[in-house]
Amino acid sequence: MGEKISTRVAYGEALRDFGGDERIVALDADLSTCTMSCYFGEKYPNRFFNIGIAEANMIDMAAGFATTGKIAFCHSFAMFTAGRGYDQVRNSIAYPHLNVKVIGSHAGLTVGEDGATHQCIEDLSLMRTIPGMVVLCPCDANEAREAVKAMIAYDGPCFMRTGRTALETVTDGFSNYKFEIGKGVTLVEGSDVTIIATGLMVQESLKAAELLKAEGINARVIDMHTIKPLDKELVIKAAKETGAIVTAEEHNIIGGLGSAVCEAICDECPIPVVRVGVQDEFGRSGDAGALLKLYGLTPENVAEKAKLAISRKA
Amino acid sequence: MDAAKVKSLNLTAAKMRRHALEAIQCANSGHIGGSFSIAEILSVLYFDRMRIDPKNPRWEDRDRFVLSKGHCTPTTYSALALRGFFPVEDLKTFRKIDSNLSGHIEMKHVPGVDMSAGSLGQGLSVATGMALAGKTDGKNYRVYAITGDGEIEEGQIWEAAMAAAHFKLDNLVLFVDNNQLQLDGPVSEVMSVNPIDEKFRAFGWNAINVDGNDVEALSAALDEAEKVSGKPTVLVCHTVKGKGVSIFENGVKWHGGRPTAEEYKTAYAELDARIAELEG
Repeated sequence: MGEKISTRVAYGEALRDFGGDERIVALDADLSTCTMSCYFGEKYPNRFFNIGIAEANMIDMAAGFATTGKIAFCHSFAMFTAGRGYDQVRNSIAYPHLNVKVIGSHAGLTVGEDGATHQCIEDLSLMRTIPGMVVLCPCDANEAREAVKAMIAYDGPCFMRTGRTALETVTDGFSNYKFEIGKGVTLVEGSDVTIIATGLMVQESLKAAELLKAEGINARVIDMHTIKPLDKELVIKAAKETGAIVTAEEHNIIGGLGSAVCEAICDECPIPVVRVGVQDEFGRSGDAGALLKLYGLTPENVAEKAKLAISRKA
Repeated sequence: MDAAKVKSLNLTAAKMRRHALEAIQCANSGHIGGSFSIAEILSVLYFDRMRIDPKNPRWEDRDRFVLSKGHCTPTTYSALALRGFFPVEDLKTFRKIDSNLSGHIEMKHVPGVDMSAGSLGQGLSVATGMALAGKTDGKNYRVYAITGDGEIEEGQIWEAAMAAAHFKLDNLVLFVDNNQLQLDGPVSEVMSVNPIDEKFRAFGWNAINVDGNDVEALSAALDEAEKVSGKPTVLVCHTVKGKGVSIFENGVKWHGGRPTAEEYKTAYAELDARIAELEG
């Protein structure tokens, strides 16, 4: 616990470390030193291909590789894989259910000063709506590494989001922590409200739980690293046991984790849900930390919204 | 190529067209024009050129084919059926809800299909990935793809063209079905694409102009492509949209139009006569 490292760096190291499997190939679109696929490229130059600034072509080339039995990882910023490459991912990867892992780095607001054109806050939503896609959003280095291992073992299309900024590693501090695609992890038990978080909002939500605890509120915290398939069982259990939910994500409140959670509970256990995330607007240029504050992606706001959810209990 | 082979490939192309026509009539929809223009290309690939095994459709050393213009399933599925990948009778289930023969080409459920396609402009990239995988693994299979001439208006085609030349993929052959018509009208009026050969040459390709409805010429061009080292080859195939049936030839409306009962009868009779002539 305590080491600060971005999920993109942890991802790159993991792909390199697990890259001995000869079936693995990696493709990048001229951002390899940002997505950190360069680590794999340095170790396995014969299985690394820079396709240039041509994401659509890269994604479909990865599909071509996968038809021959390869596990093809393709990389760019989330804006350019999930965003620009949506049609390619949908029709040439997901529809034929090919073994391609689409990586979207620099996702969310924390790409910072690059501004709205690069701050993809729609990737989870876009990828989640495609039938058969697995959508992952690890919160820290430990989880990103586990996710890479799981994606290699899983035969099928995946999208994984990574981030630019260095984050505290927290998941290795929980003795019950185990990564499995499609299974959320309850990091903190609680009975008054459940905070379901993904990506860097997991760390912020752990802090929010501390703030709530000081006020005598016991918040459960769930690390939902898999947006799809969503761990509905865990969500419904939390809804039934705590009666109020807050979702927290570095993403538009439309279409991502918050929406997925609402969809899961609306039929079986309708209870108050409050969604913390970007409130359907484009981000400004600026320091990553300042942006998170400006758009309410803070422990304080998560705690406040938890109280709001509790106040709405029937 | 000996005369008997030429005759046999032409006969196969004619049979593909007849099966395709029947399938479209049963389905009440489908793409005649572009399917008919590529029948000779398919005939040469599936009945002469490609190293494939219908008993082992996923054979890892097989040659690959990507129908980037994924709507031209009627003749492509017919080629696969005639080659023995699945029963010819299945063709009459084309586009039906309980059939695997979907409107656009699909690889998961149809034996012999190497890639699903439908959204135009993507197939050349996929073929490029397949060809690069072959090079990476030291395999000697070859990869073939067909795009329409209208389809090369898609920018991604040129991303792939750049990459295929960059990676020196001499195991890749692209056929551009240059039938000069697209859905809204003549390609030259919708969006000019000429000169196709010069564009590909500028991207580092070996480019050959060929009569795409002439099996002998296609075969000779493929022989030439196999001799080229260090670059991919494009065959700019001059074809006739709707080829093989007089009332369909060069008609814009036959991109996706369905024949009336009368037109169907005329077309079927013409194809029947052609088949009888080649069988005789």
